[in-house]
Amino acid sequence: MATVYVDNRPYTMDDRQNLLYGCLSLKMNLPYFCWHPALGSVGACRQCAVKQYKDENDQGGKIVMACMTPAAEGTRISIEDPEAVAFRRAVIEGLMLNHPHDCPVCDEGGECHLQDMTVMTGHDYRRYRFEKRTFRNQYLGPLLNHEMNRCIQCYRCVRYYREYCGGGDLHAFSINHTVYFGRDKDGVLENEFAGNLAEVCPTGVFTDRTAKQHYTRKWDLQMAPSLCVHCGVGCGTTVAERYGSVRRIVNRYNSEVNGYFLCDRGRYGYEFADSERRIREARGNIELLKAARGGSAIGIGSPRASLESNFALRRLVGPERFYAGMAPREARLLALILEILRGPARTPSLREIEESDAVLMLGEDLTNSAPRMALSVRQSVRQKTLAGAERLRIPRWMDHAVREFAQSDHGPLFIASAGATRLDDIATRTFRGAPRDLARLGFAVAHVLDARAPAPHEIPDGASEIAGALKEAARPVVIAGATLGSSSILRAAANIAWARPGTGLAFVVPEANSMGLALMGAPALGAAMQADGDTLIVLENDLYRRAPAEEVDRFLARFRHIVALDSLGNATTQKAELVLPAATFAEGSGTFISSEGRAQRAFRVLAPPAPIQDSWRWLANWGGLDEGIAEIAAALPQLAAITRAAPGEEFRIAGQKIPREPHRYSGRTAMLAQISVHEPKPPADPDAPLSFSMEGSPDPPPAAVTPFFWTPGWNSYQAVNKFQEEIAGPLRGGVPGVRLFEPVEGAREFFAEIPQPFEPREGEWLVVPIPHIFGSEELSRESPAIAELAPPAYVAVNRAAADQFGPEAEMLGRRVPVRVASELPDGVAAIPAGIPPFEGLELPLRTPIRRAS
Amino acid sequence: MFSLLETIWRVFLHAFHKRVTIQYPDQKPYLAPRWRGRIILSRDPDGGERCVACYLCAIACPVDCIALQATEDDTGRRYPAFFRINFSRCIFCGYCEDACPTYAIQLTPDFEMGEYRRPNLVYEKEDLLINGPGKYPGYNFWRVAGVKIGGKDKGEAQNEGRPVDLHTLLP
Repeated sequence: MATVYVDNRPYTMDDRQNLLYGCLSLKMNLPYFCWHPALGSVGACRQCAVKQYKDENDQGGKIVMACMTPAAEGTRISIEDPEAVAFRRAVIEGLMLNHPHDCPVCDEGGECHLQDMTVMTGHDYRRYRFEKRTFRNQYLGPLLNHEMNRCIQCYRCVRYYREYCGGGDLHAFSINHTVYFGRDKDGVLENEFAGNLAEVCPTGVFTDRTAKQHYTRKWDLQMAPSLCVHCGVGCGTTVAERYGSVRRIVNRYNSEVNGYFLCDRGRYGYEFADSERRIREARGNIELLKAARGGSAIGIGSPRASLESNFALRRLVGPERFYAGMAPREARLLALILEILRGPARTPSLREIEESDAVLMLGEDLTNSAPRMALSVRQSVRQKTLAGAERLRIPRWMDHAVREFAQSDHGPLFIASAGATRLDDIATRTFRGAPRDLARLGFAVAHVLDARAPAPHEIPDGASEIAGALKEAARPVVIAGATLGSSSILRAAANIAWARPGTGLAFVVPEANSMGLALMGAPALGAAMQADGDTLIVLENDLYRRAPAEEVDRFLARFRHIVALDSLGNATTQKAELVLPAATFAEGSGTFISSEGRAQRAFRVLAPPAPIQDSWRWLANWGGLDEGIAEIAAALPQLAAITRAAPGEEFRIAGQKIPREPHRYSGRTAMLAQISVHEPKPPADPDAPLSFSMEGSPDPPPAAVTPFFWTPGWNSYQAVNKFQEEIAGPLRGGVPGVRLFEPVEGAREFFAEIPQPFEPREGEWLVVPIPHIFGSEELSRESPAIAELAPPAYVAVNRAAADQFGPEAEMLGRRVPVRVASELPDGVAAIPAGIPPFEGLELPLRTPIRRAS
Repeated sequence: MFSLLETIWRVFLHAFHKRVTIQYPDQKPYLAPRWRGRIILSRDPDGGERCVACYLCAIACPVDCIALQATEDDTGRRYPAFFRINFSRCIFCGYCEDACPTYAIQLTPDFEMGEYRRPNLVYEKEDLLINGPGKYPGYNFWRVAGVKIGGKDKGEAQNEGRPVDLHTLLP
């Protein structure tokens, strides 16, 4: 810590940081463009100029860039110095020379960092009378809109896209005042995190293309703190609503989980909430549900429904008649994951993965199975060079100097997977194999690390290299998951983590609440198929995605009545006698447990029109969410901590609830005037300390119930600076969510079940699933923009096999196009996970594949 | 006593003053062009809808009586899909006109809007849109803005250079 004098007043700043970081952490208003808390400083925009003085007698001083000056002990600066103020105003004036007169028709308007900074510096009148430079735009895919005229050449986009995300197809072209940011030709941006450009860009060059279809200004949006429901990572999202429909999703900062960024599935997968397949009316006789209380019904829960909904069903049918609704293999894997996590290894948060200095990925293509985690892994390989730069006294925030020092060098990342992954470009070494070969590699690594761990017959090539890197590292992490359906891989990962104490062990789970459902400890779908009953109640679950269609048909035929609760119509709801409309993430509140074991609460952004309501409201007669949570905590001690995930409904600031709408929310007396000129009373929310209103305390709420980030003068997302304890640190009022697993002291016995090596069989293939960020997840694939990017069904094999098959192959009674995946081992074929017609298959499986006749 | 008489005298004198009251509705009062009455939406000189659905009038409105939804045509020109003013709430303050960056929304010298039923005071876009530019005859926002719309390519707006050729090597 250092004492820095700002305008002659002493402040304490972090001496490992720069002055801009220090000033912003102290909530001072200092304008900036090219600096970003996640990207560091490059000093490109010259906007954060301040006056620096040698000592207290120095009257002249010199102008320096705050982002490029260390916050050293005794530094004296002035933000308010007239020369510094004039300098900053002149810089903005220069940036605005070519900026078009677009604000009224620009999607960034009203939450534009450039607007905020222009107002902050006081530049208000255009003196330049000459021609403005113009550019042609590009088509960048269904997610992002491109409007190059607005660019101020801060270089944030290419730094984020190329350096932070490892993307290759966004460049800076041309020279001097005609620098152009785009692709070499029109086309979809390839990187899975491209959508964040809408937030990274300080102005309206890159904007959300899906939000443009139903555009609303930030001040008119009703917003709520929510969670992404499209994978198991549990990223925080801010869901926004207007006129009863979801308008967009933006990132909700959580220092421990998603930080500043979301993946494109999370950001753009929301439109399914307004899909044509939505169930909006109840169909059938509601008395069926009441009859179910008698004890003749069995209930099937869902890993994509909240804990409360699952528990409400369990309560309705009785604990012994409640089944988890996961495929048997998936349920076994999750039970194994839970067993492992009750051991000595810690599940790292995404921030800890980002800070880890050696990573081993076992059997996962993270970018497609837990996308946001992949972005954290990509940052982890920088730890080695960051430490190296620090030894040369290059501060870690000085981004380009550090990258110049690093060149193409990066820290250890080992990827063992069935096929190619999107992180291969930064891998120290990649290993390809069938699931059991990957597991054998893992067991071998564990054995090298600790001789007590059992070893396969021969130690595969590379195991000692991985073991060496993990041993040397200070904060190693092993990542494995359920995607390949192999319990051996999970056991191998556990062995490694236990063999090298201090290793973080991150697991990838398939769905938003897989972990929560597993913690409830109910038997899986396989057991349900043996169970008898009169009525079947299926909660937010399409059984045809969990088991083969014939099996599900036979199962459903055994029941006299079938009740289904869901938000989208699917094959299961078609078979149901009673269908009840369930709330989506936008309309319902509940608790979800992420793969890290973090229980977090999502709050609804709108009160849906009747009869749509939370599944738990259909199933239980709780007065509000808190009553359900209390009941869960009492019934299931392993989940008792979820009561602390967020403040309860009774929480108030100055006697008032937290408003979901900004205080500038417009149109209250006109938005429903065509129906009635008598404005309706805002709906009450018995589930949250949030109100459907613009009235409430202006004080910042606790982090877990912050509906949006806004402070006076900071309309853009960068307002999050004012909500953090320090820049890029935890939010004020604590990190949202509560961790349910902490490592248990004491060694565990190593797993000894080492699988035999995989041997290809003539004419028979081992079919493994390949997850796709766009298309594999059930709900997001119903959003038009995501559907456009989803691949069609295919079967992937290596080159030799592809030559043998030709363009089409026949498998499982279907003809499917063949794709070449040169990295796949012999005898292994891959099909896209969760994409019709390959839903409901329990993968991996062995099946013959023939050339299509 | 004296002041009482003086008051009576002054009231009597008023009988000979010029009348302020006019015989409305037989006789119409003079209203200045900038009089703040019934709100209209105007068209630009080319006949296109001026409103670009920027929402600035809605946020400026102190009684929140303006609601709209932006949409775009095939060429990228933005316009309101619906535009609603609830005149039963409007206080005719004129802030919407001040906020409008395109001169689309204007207040007119007309106050004769009396209705027996409040719902009749809810005006939709069809009720608001007039067939001319109103008080500001010359201005066309789209000729100033940098976005491309039908009939105006990049670089064709006022004070704009031709689009940069990214393939040239010349500085």
